[in-house]
Amino acid sequence: MPSTEAAITVVDLHKSYDDHEAVGGVSFEVAEGEIFGLLGPNGAGKTTTVEILEGYRASSSGSVTVLGFDPAERPRALRERVGIVLQSSGMYRHVRVREAVAHWAGLYPHPRDVDEVLKIVGLDDEAQATALVRTLSGGQQRRLDLALALIGDPDLIFLDEPTTGFDPAARRAAWMTIKRLRDLGKTVLLTTHYLEEAQELCDRVAIIKSGKILAEGPPSTLSQASARYRVSWRDETGTLISDEVDDPTELLHRLTGEAIARGESLVDCSVVRPSLEDVYLELTADQASEATQ
Amino acid sequence: MSDTALAWRQYRLERKMFWRNPTAAFFSFVLPLIFLFLFGAVFSGNQANLNVLIPGIAGLSVMATTFNALATQMTFLREQGVLKRVRGTPLPGTSYLSGIIGSAATNAVIQILIIIVAGKLFFGLGWPKNWAELAIFTVLGVACFASMGVAFSHVIPNFEAAPAYTNLVFLPMIFISGVFFDVDNVPTFLRDIANALPLVHVINGISAALVTGAPLTDHLSDLAVVAVWTLACVILAVRGFSWSARD
Repeated sequence: MPSTEAAITVVDLHKSYDDHEAVGGVSFEVAEGEIFGLLGPNGAGKTTTVEILEGYRASSSGSVTVLGFDPAERPRALRERVGIVLQSSGMYRHVRVREAVAHWAGLYPHPRDVDEVLKIVGLDDEAQATALVRTLSGGQQRRLDLALALIGDPDLIFLDEPTTGFDPAARRAAWMTIKRLRDLGKTVLLTTHYLEEAQELCDRVAIIKSGKILAEGPPSTLSQASARYRVSWRDETGTLISDEVDDPTELLHRLTGEAIARGESLVDCSVVRPSLEDVYLELTADQASEATQ
Repeated sequence: MSDTALAWRQYRLERKMFWRNPTAAFFSFVLPLIFLFLFGAVFSGNQANLNVLIPGIAGLSVMATTFNALATQMTFLREQGVLKRVRGTPLPGTSYLSGIIGSAATNAVIQILIIIVAGKLFFGLGWPKNWAELAIFTVLGVACFASMGVAFSHVIPNFEAAPAYTNLVFLPMIFISGVFFDVDNVPTFLRDIANALPLVHVINGISAALVTGAPLTDHLSDLAVVAVWTLACVILAVRGFSWSARD
């Protein structure tokens, strides 16, 4: 029996295609109401993992439970409670946005209000709501994808690379929308290869590479895995110097003191804590160098 | 909502979208009618030729509205990922496909009715002599060519290739099956090929219902050939069905 809190349980999941192993023994749990991120480079096995959870692919071995069901059996009761945004999926070209969302609403037993969902995803102005799908921009189509995933009022939402190809403004807007899902009490499993995105949105992150999970935890604790500060500045000759310290207080005091004594300003001074990005690059780089050996 | 109600909703959406798509509406709807009036004009005054042409065009219409339309549409839906998206919803696959195929069948029926009216008004044909026979051959023809269209979409590699692939089947079949002329004038080997294919038998049946008034019992062999093709195509359509694009 899965624990009542876990929306998703994955135990030792394997998936092989012919001679190539796409997922090699992945285990994780996603709690109800949590935003969980699978973070990794392209080809890491993120989409394969998610598509097994969505019921699109069969696993080679291991066990998966989604909302208490085996997704491979594709039970209708499960599909009624899950919303899916695929990495790429087309839509009818000759349907209007509101029409499409209203049509999708009819597929579910307890749909949300159509206009409310259009508002959540930001397609609520009349021109957008009545536009034919084939006239939408890439970003608008992605918002429609999300609207179609949300209209059934699902408990669990899969987002496979929801902002790939977005410009920074569109990405920010999408993040706002995804955060709103948390407020609605939804469980979200998202995949991304943007670290910033995982850091911004996820309660917990699993870093995945070559079909294996390398690290897992809240973004903040993953960063603290190497909780040192990197201090950079230019010395009196203009050379950029950088140093890593556990506590930057003393170093900064010395640097500012010296600069004041010289009557100069401290140029290009920065204090940075390692981001998830550093952890990510460190972990995935190790793997890459192992692979080339 | 019941599976039937869901199929009905899908059907209504398909109807709405069909008329908004000028290319689809033209090729599977207007083109057969253009053929009808073009060849009708060429053969005008020659009732024997018109008596061959009108049932021929009716058979062509059944094939164009179902086989051509569905082979192309299913390829598009598969390649664009619409099928995959639908697969992730609670909509049962049978309801979904019923809606799509129902819409194609509607086009076939509308075409047949237009051809009957045109035959009566412009081409010296009376009203159909045997409505039941007409209905039986239309329904069976639709079932045969609709399932053939879905089955054939499994062979089409991508959407760009769809018109070439469908026409490779459609054009030779309409030419050897006596749509535009009497099959009796065709070389034996071509006639043998045509007789092994379903279209000629659909046309024979429709011709009996519209022109000669020969009873259904005279056309049981035609019925049998189309029924065998339908069965084979349904099996192929179901077995090869794929919800997602090829990797």
